[in-house]
Amino acid sequence: MLKKENQTDVIVVGAGPAGIACAITLARAGKEVVLIERGLFAGSKNVFGGAIYTQPTKEIFPNFETEAPIERRTVEHNFAILGEEDSTTITYRKDDNTSYSVIRGKFDRWAADEARKAGVYLVEETVVRELIKENNKIIGIKTELEDFYANIVVLADGVNSLLAKQIGLRKDFSTHDLALSVKEVIKLNKETINQRFRLKDDEGAIIEIFGGPMLGMLGLGFMYTNKDSITIGLGITINELVEKGLRPFDLLERLKQHPTIAPLIQGGELKEYSAHMIPEGGYKKIPQLTDNGVLVVGDAAMLVNNLHWEGTNLALISGKLAAETIINAINIGDYSKEKLSEYEKKLQKSFVLKDMKTYKDLFSVIETRKKAFLSYYLCKINAFFEMFTSVNSIPKRQNYWNFIKSIFTDRKISELFKDIGAIIKLIWSILI
Amino acid sequence: MNIDKKLYTLKYSPDTDSHLIPDIEKCKTCKSKNCTYICPAQVYEWNEEKQELIVNYENCLECGACRVACEKKAINWRYPKGTKGVTFKQG
Repeated sequence: MLKKENQTDVIVVGAGPAGIACAITLARAGKEVVLIERGLFAGSKNVFGGAIYTQPTKEIFPNFETEAPIERRTVEHNFAILGEEDSTTITYRKDDNTSYSVIRGKFDRWAADEARKAGVYLVEETVVRELIKENNKIIGIKTELEDFYANIVVLADGVNSLLAKQIGLRKDFSTHDLALSVKEVIKLNKETINQRFRLKDDEGAIIEIFGGPMLGMLGLGFMYTNKDSITIGLGITINELVEKGLRPFDLLERLKQHPTIAPLIQGGELKEYSAHMIPEGGYKKIPQLTDNGVLVVGDAAMLVNNLHWEGTNLALISGKLAAETIINAINIGDYSKEKLSEYEKKLQKSFVLKDMKTYKDLFSVIETRKKAFLSYYLCKINAFFEMFTSVNSIPKRQNYWNFIKSIFTDRKISELFKDIGAIIKLIWSILI
Repeated sequence: MNIDKKLYTLKYSPDTDSHLIPDIEKCKTCKSKNCTYICPAQVYEWNEEKQELIVNYENCLECGACRVACEKKAINWRYPKGTKGVTFKQG
């Protein structure tokens, strides 16, 4: 398979969406690729919320909708705002094939197998411990057993990317840069799921959850429907957990017990518990993306758009753009940082870095008004509907005025002005 | 549901030695001991009497949160060997 012993065109470290997309694009162009995965099989160390997006996935796997192991086709997005006891939910429903729920242990394994069929040399159960550097260029990798050499090494080693850190492409993380996510996959039969979520056949629903046990904290919950299970989880910045001394699974237990959530999972049996970190640093914390003989893709490059729950799509496309850059580099035999920086230019031109840039100030602005945006207003939305639906012989006009008055008297009036300022700043940073 | 029951749903292939190595001298001076509550698998427990950090590395989910949360940067954190550690089937 390999030209010389342990020497190849490209080594890709990590068989997640970014690594697989990169490897398969290279193999399809006739390049020699070794894809190294530390788990028993591709997907066995991978965890995410629950859905992949159709359009970007098709760019890599045109027939995945009929060939890949998918769970359900999303037809409904719910945005649930949880108070301590009550909740308000907004639902958008349309059967438009935007996304599918998948189980990574199945989907990534299938995708890696597709890569193998395209000519990628897949090596599983192997941890890359170190990169080998010679004359200021990355020339290979060290595993537990042997060393491998390549013209280019792609780091698709996930959110922790110890390798990017090792060669100085990124600094140490701060507790603000990452969220910790815990999730449970709960077994329920298909009919029960369809009934509880108002679905038929293979239709699926997503619930994005604000507030609840995370009121006032930078954290979000999520639920996805699979064929015969429901995924429930939450992600919360490490900083919040550290500051408040919280155990992540305690928060998840509280979410599961919320009166709005509990009936949806009632009677279900825990199939699997899992945890994973999510990059949250945004545009400002993207590491150096290239150096001589090396590129960084996917989570390892912090490419996650938190507001829109996007990650796998940025991973797939970054992997593909890295591969296109590498194909050019191999064709002219130039593996320098200058040549490989074409990858960054491609990312800048694509939605990937454009979106990251659009939201570059999002978290820092929300962080300054956390109590207001992630607690006060969420509760206020619920309070409005509580008022609106109440039937208690109090004249409606009085109810309205009491509610309006409360917005000015609940907190210091200066808080309201700070909120308005933050909203204007946020909208400005997103649109301009 | 307690954490042991949750971890019971996972498939593990534990190594004979730990891939998580705390610098115990730094741990002794650490006030917050963030690792003892941030870890989603409750891998870390502080033994006050013996002044040592107990590391149940066999339960590790390999998320990396302890390393980031540790205020002393005292945890030498690496992935378990290729054939070892946790396997997620439902990720």
